[in-house]
Amino acid sequence: MTVIRARGLKKRYGARWVLRDVDMSVPAGTIFALLGPNGAGKTSTIEILEGYRDRTSGELEVLGVDPARGGTAFRERIGIMLQDGGVEPYLTVAEVLDARRGYYRQPRPRKELLAAVDLAAQDMTRVRRLSAGQRRRLELALATCGTPELLFLDEPTLGFDPVARRAAWRWIRDLASAGTTVLVTTNAMDEAAALADELAILVDGAVVARGTPGEVVGASATETVIRFRLAEGAPPLPVGLMSAGRSTPDGAVELHAVELVQTLHDLTEWALGHGLELLELSARPRSLEEAYLELVGSART
Amino acid sequence: MRSLSLALGRARLENRAFWRNPAAAFFTVVFPLLFLIVASVALADPLGGRTEAARFYTPSIMTFALITACYTNLAMGVVMAREAGILKQLRGTPLPIWAYVSGRIGQAVFVATLLATLIGLYGAIVNGVSPPLEEMPWLVLVLAVGAASFSALGLAVTAAVPNAGAAPALINATILPLLLISDVLVPLDQGLLATVAGIFPVRHLADALAAAYDPSVSVAAGDAALSLLIVAAWGLAGFVVALRTFSWSPRG
Repeated sequence: MTVIRARGLKKRYGARWVLRDVDMSVPAGTIFALLGPNGAGKTSTIEILEGYRDRTSGELEVLGVDPARGGTAFRERIGIMLQDGGVEPYLTVAEVLDARRGYYRQPRPRKELLAAVDLAAQDMTRVRRLSAGQRRRLELALATCGTPELLFLDEPTLGFDPVARRAAWRWIRDLASAGTTVLVTTNAMDEAAALADELAILVDGAVVARGTPGEVVGASATETVIRFRLAEGAPPLPVGLMSAGRSTPDGAVELHAVELVQTLHDLTEWALGHGLELLELSARPRSLEEAYLELVGSART
Repeated sequence: MRSLSLALGRARLENRAFWRNPAAAFFTVVFPLLFLIVASVALADPLGGRTEAARFYTPSIMTFALITACYTNLAMGVVMAREAGILKQLRGTPLPIWAYVSGRIGQAVFVATLLATLIGLYGAIVNGVSPPLEEMPWLVLVLAVGAASFSALGLAVTAAVPNAGAAPALINATILPLLLISDVLVPLDQGLLATVAGIFPVRHLADALAAAYDPSVSVAAGDAALSLLIVAAWGLAGFVVALRTFSWSPRG
């Protein structure tokens, strides 16, 4: 079953088009990540899908209904974590959660929610006394408290510490394995790589790449990145190797190898011949972040 | 049934948050009571004795308290919640908009009722001034219509407030001048300003409440009833404006 189906989604504010052409198809129980630079239209897209804004044109179905006209019945089935949402500052964590749980037919138990975002010890704390990260975690709990079929997370782990971040990822994946469909926007490529079954990269209101994280990384190149450091006074790399490489700002060398074994062989042979160490030598596939930077860069030129 | 419990739940929640917010509680609750005490000390002589003075200022301060709770407090509360993104977040849940608004109004009416009771009791016990028993239904009716009307006006004015920074200035600018010329904080019975005040609902609410306390004014004579109708008309207009212009998110 397809939970989100969008074709030719367009949005205009005055004379400015913020979404020029967005297609999207998200199957039930999967995690879909929407990536893109600031101002690319991620929040506009997600707010149209949530029913906060109406589209200028295009076809859109979310959970089988048009979100702009979904009303209370639609909002019963979704959960939303906004980027600029607010929580009553003078109420306690438990009060806010219980109030919110009261708006849904199938609320999750408060204890389960508190445990999932690690706020069990703060249940009697007033929201205004929470740290920024704790407040975001509360908002994540609030978004999931109605047992939604579809969960929208706009930059969910912004401001989380690394431990809380990983715990949140684990929980989001658990929710998805239990059947919840998740749409997440993020600027953190490690988050997209850790969570997304599928992703789309949005630049200037249009999708420039889509697919699984592996496909998106692979679609832009099949290179492996070899990285090492040379000691002071080492001779320059031979031209054949240097043409595929560059010096990084922190003084290391990166080679982008299409034929990994051959390139490593050439490199180590050269190093052995000169009696050199290749300090901190590593070889790894291109990361999503590298692919992303390249895709965004080429889409903008 | 579920609708009613949602609205009541919201009112309880807003009320709890209200009493924990020192600024809201001070301006809405302590301020009118402070006025009451100052008035009872300062106005006794100029207005011809303690009882005579209390006959003027008891309904006046009641008017002031009702407007502070239902108009100023309600409008400020909604604007602040809007600015903080609380309204936006609630709008993404199945909570119906009217349940949120009813909760806000419920909280305002609760505080207004509490204040009116305290002010009435102070008048009766300390100054020996109270409406005759047969005027009590009238007093309750005026308070109810006044609370409903000023709540509607408080909701309506939120559309004119672009953001929280502008809120205190704009909301007070719409109500303080009216309070000053409406025979509420300052005795002012005639002249151009009194005529101007006659257009707006503050003066009429004060008059309708004063009628309950002043045996020389007969409600049946129609003046007080007309005043109450004018208050209700303003409230109705406010309700229509609020329905059409209510906004979930701040502008600019």
